[in-house]
Amino acid sequence: MTAEQVVFVLAAVVTLGSALGMVTTRSVFVGALWMIAVFGGVAALFILLGAGFLGIVQILVYIGAIAVLILFAIMLTPRVMGDPNAPRYNRQWPLVAVMASALASLLVALVLRTDWPLAQEGAPTITGFAVELGKGFMTTYILPFEVASVLLLVALIGAIVIAREE
Amino acid sequence: MAQINWAETIWLLGPEVILTVGALVVLVVDFVRDDDRGPLLPGLTLITLGGAFLLSFTYLGLDRTALFMFEVDNLTSFFRILATGTSVLILLVSVDYVRSRSRHAGEFYSLLLWVTLAVILVAASSDLILLYLSFELLSITSYILVGWLRDEARSNEAAIKYLLYGAISSAVMLYGMSLLYGAAGSTRLEDIARTFSDPAVRVGTLDELVLPAVVLMLAGFGFKTSLVPFHQWAPDAYEGAPTPVTAFLSVGSKAAGFAVLIRVFLTALPMFQVDWAAVLVAFSILTMTLGNLVALVQTNMKRLLAYSSVAQAGYILMGLAAYVATDTSTLNGIAGVLLYLVAYLFTNLGAFIAVIAYEQATGSVSIADYAGMVRRAPWLAGALVVFFLSLAGIPPTAGFVGKLAVFGAAINAQLYYLAVIGVVNSVISVYYYFNVVRQMFFMPPPAEGEEPVRYPQAMGLALTVSLVGTLLIGIYPQPFLDLANVGRQFLAMLPFA
Repeated sequence: MTAEQVVFVLAAVVTLGSALGMVTTRSVFVGALWMIAVFGGVAALFILLGAGFLGIVQILVYIGAIAVLILFAIMLTPRVMGDPNAPRYNRQWPLVAVMASALASLLVALVLRTDWPLAQEGAPTITGFAVELGKGFMTTYILPFEVASVLLLVALIGAIVIAREE
Repeated sequence: MAQINWAETIWLLGPEVILTVGALVVLVVDFVRDDDRGPLLPGLTLITLGGAFLLSFTYLGLDRTALFMFEVDNLTSFFRILATGTSVLILLVSVDYVRSRSRHAGEFYSLLLWVTLAVILVAASSDLILLYLSFELLSITSYILVGWLRDEARSNEAAIKYLLYGAISSAVMLYGMSLLYGAAGSTRLEDIARTFSDPAVRVGTLDELVLPAVVLMLAGFGFKTSLVPFHQWAPDAYEGAPTPVTAFLSVGSKAAGFAVLIRVFLTALPMFQVDWAAVLVAFSILTMTLGNLVALVQTNMKRLLAYSSVAQAGYILMGLAAYVATDTSTLNGIAGVLLYLVAYLFTNLGAFIAVIAYEQATGSVSIADYAGMVRRAPWLAGALVVFFLSLAGIPPTAGFVGKLAVFGAAINAQLYYLAVIGVVNSVISVYYYFNVVRQMFFMPPPAEGEEPVRYPQAMGLALTVSLVGTLLIGIYPQPFLDLANVGRQFLAMLPFA
């Protein structure tokens, strides 16, 4: 195993293990802490794939801003901390487990069987990637970029309308 | 680097620019004036929608691409007209409804404009990234609108259920999209078509990805069109949502789902039609049969219309499953789908408008409370009968013409069993539609509440437009057939079809 593979396996284990911890915990607060670990693992995966810039953004924005905001929101909301005696699973969990494993095995089988075409050029450098990304947002991908901003505005309005104290 | 001609781009994206600017103006005016009750905000919204609607006609016949991934072709023009027209009717019926039930009328109107924009964007995207973002814009706006009545537990429950189902189906759809992206190395539908159609480009076992990718993406597209088994959100969301929003979900959001089915499957995967058409046939049979059978036992009007609209999705899907590339007659599957969507727009919106008017007056959506409706609201009851005739596919109404087109397409494609199952289902549907008619006309009204039902003029106007549309398509379908055929013409311009 090369060093890269070792790091990949570590990052994958951290990501999947934390995701499992996040969905099985009873406490929303502990779940949010697990989520931070998931974000960290995903950032490591981005960096391994040569998307270093995305990895850094993932750490700065998701861990630095979003996760902290979520923790604040949980701590400031009185009733969201969760009932410690609530059942961990509902009675449909065996069915869900079967469906999820079926989907997972289908996807894994597809990934393993297919002769995926490989990109010709190597991964860009971190600075080169950021430059390309910026140019992409202002040219080829300007429309998705704008749609994303409308999406955020709509979500903001929705959050205010639904959650504001009257 | 790609250069953008901005003047031309703004012209090509005219209706979208109008909708976005209009939505912002409505928000700002609402903020400054703080007057939720006056006619100013609905008026601004109406002007915006009307402007976008009229402008949409000027792009017919074009085949251009704006900003690399927004197709300005006849299919887009068709859905621009459909989406803005739907929202005009929804606006007319929601003014009174929103005013009486919510303190956030201004935000409601701006969200209505944005959800219209989302439908158009979904229909016009030729790139999976834009498609996914537009899909999410449509979904998130819809979740908010469904949960708009924040003090009603049902509305909250509906929004939460819709959100959970929506998030899962989006995730599954992304798996499907990522398979196509992995195979083609590009998110552009055209590049995906090139990868799969050109033997020199295609390598190894890529073909085996297509069927799984189609089924996984159908989880997302089928969620919007409420195909069985991705329909479970529909009855709860339809029941709990503000009724004008329910009307939008059943028409606008569903049309967006069909637009994306047509665009993605026919642009990116036309060479695999044998595979996906078989999948669509199975979904079509399942959807219309289950929708109709469950509709038989409903006691709530909104849930009845929810299952009825599930069944209608099954009929519409038939047209796409039966699409035959060589067939240029009006019974072509795609023309059938588009014609059915127009017919369904007028009919289903009409039915919902009548339900809203009755709900505003009586406060009830239970079918039992429709007893004796003919004495309290003869005009509403009569209109509702026409809409039910149309939903059941009985002439001389729009629904008959729509069904003729899709069943005819199935027969042209030699899918005789599919057409037979469709006809049997239509007969089943007559039972539950006319059960309501029986209530309205032949059951005695409850003792109290004999006073006639009143509704605002805007609602009467919307009802009249729907009624005229439903009857006009049934009696003189030619202009609507022409529109559907124009919408279909984008097919001839596809490079790999």
